[in-house]
Amino acid sequence: MQELWEGLVQAVKLVVSLDPEVVEISVRSLYVSAAAILIAAAICIPIGGLINFHDFRGKRVLINVIQTFYSLPTVVVGLFVFLFVSRSGPLGGINLLFTPGAIIVGQVILIMPILTGMTISALSGVDRSIRDTALGAGATNSQAIWTIIREARFAVAGAMILGFGRAISEVGAAMMLGGNIRGYTRVLTTAISLYTQEGEIALSLALGIILIGIATVISVAVNILLQRY
Amino acid sequence: MAFLKLVNLEQRVGDKSLLKNINLEIAKGEFFVVIGPTGSGKTTLLRLIDLLDSPYSGDIYFNGMNATALKGERIDIRRKMAIVFQKPVVFNGTVFENIAYPLKMRGLKSREIRPPVNSLLDAIGLSGYGKRKARTLSGGEAQRVALARAVISDPELLLLDEPTANLDPLSVKLIEEMVKEFNKSKGVTVVMATHDMQQGQRLASRAGVLMQGELVQVGNTSAIFRSPDSARVAGFVGMQNVYRGRIVASDGGIARVQVDESVIEVVSELEVGKTVDVFVRPEDIVLSLSGSDSSARNKLPGVITAIHITGPLSMVIVDCGIVLEVMVTIKSVEEMGLRIGMNIFCSFKAAAVKVLPVK
Repeated sequence: MQELWEGLVQAVKLVVSLDPEVVEISVRSLYVSAAAILIAAAICIPIGGLINFHDFRGKRVLINVIQTFYSLPTVVVGLFVFLFVSRSGPLGGINLLFTPGAIIVGQVILIMPILTGMTISALSGVDRSIRDTALGAGATNSQAIWTIIREARFAVAGAMILGFGRAISEVGAAMMLGGNIRGYTRVLTTAISLYTQEGEIALSLALGIILIGIATVISVAVNILLQRY
Repeated sequence: MAFLKLVNLEQRVGDKSLLKNINLEIAKGEFFVVIGPTGSGKTTLLRLIDLLDSPYSGDIYFNGMNATALKGERIDIRRKMAIVFQKPVVFNGTVFENIAYPLKMRGLKSREIRPPVNSLLDAIGLSGYGKRKARTLSGGEAQRVALARAVISDPELLLLDEPTANLDPLSVKLIEEMVKEFNKSKGVTVVMATHDMQQGQRLASRAGVLMQGELVQVGNTSAIFRSPDSARVAGFVGMQNVYRGRIVASDGGIARVQVDESVIEVVSELEVGKTVDVFVRPEDIVLSLSGSDSSARNKLPGVITAIHITGPLSMVIVDCGIVLEVMVTIKSVEEMGLRIGMNIFCSFKAAAVKVLPVK
């Protein structure tokens, strides 16, 4: 108990004094996961739109499969990408393994199902009358689709924030693909994992507080957005 | 050449036929109403005209151009039309953005968009509401925004699908006046669906009665109102008093029709023995206490069974052997001291009775 309390006090000091290592790790975490969510959004929102606005055989099954992958284990994604980008893998030549880029790739794959699935449900939640109104007001088909995506913007933004939350809090892919290299690929989660093993409880707690802080900000933001929607 | 021409239009959902045998011509600048009860296919028809849906079969011509045969240019035709739906639809944005939407879709610049939007905001009585979130508007206000959004693109054809159903009276009046003005001053062709015969008469010169997916009667609104050509239409246009009977005597253009135990005199050349439907409009029947103060040929004694007050008018139900619905003013109800159970005479002229032979 004593240890926890001392650790907590020291952790607050580290956060408040903007300890260089804490700041560096936090910024990297934010940057990696932000990049992942932006790339995933650029891929998944159009894919979600395509799936939602087209009727085809097996659409329901596809959506079910996508939803099943919401809970894709992070270590499985890590392993999968590892096999591709390791030196002997098919993409070994691009030297991606143990770089921040590798973590981004892993996180993109991890959050793609959530983002795609939630984009589909956000768009299908927009009333049909919106599409009719858009077309009736002289919108082309693509303008109408864009209008519907805009209508669902808060729900889509909510999906993005959720995806970001999943990316920044995962440890499996970051560890396996980034390698937890100090000053290069060390992010909040991998750092907490390592420092805890090394007995650096205060540092771990400080990083943990920051991670929880980020998670809190995310959850509040989601709630505000969903209420407004 | 008709501005809008529908030829053998048919629409289906699965095996179910929603519209069939729709043949209609509407002239440029005309105000046409499609009247029919709920579920008769009015919305389906307007959606076809607006090219939102494709018909099962049949063709739609705009200015002689067959729109159903076109693929790519449908957007060009659609951009000459505008539609207002029954349920007010606004985009999740400001009132200004909503009204500006069609101009934005047509690639206009913001400085070209601002003046027309502002003048329309004034026209719909919502000046100063531009920055307001459209979703926070009341139903009536939202529908006014929807109308402004429809007319801002200067459409040649304005389609209105029961735009005033379930709205507050102020919004109904404003929308009706705006649409009428738009039709008159700009010569915009208007096709409006409504289930309200009175509204149809107020606004339009010509109407089509749509029943169970078929246009059963097309003509002047007053003609449809005054002389519906089937019992179905009569019932719909507010001829509550519809009875089936048989002509039992005929003399000099006046025929006597036996309906149950009662006999009604009508103006008709039909021969004795024919089965007919007779209609009497509720406002063509006069109530009197003695029955002696009227020159009308039909004077039926009866008992008042119900009095329904609707605004300034009352519907009095009188059982004369046949049940008659009689429309009177509230004032007469009070002056004559009408109450349930009272004995009264129902008088109406033979000429006020519409007679249709039953095939």
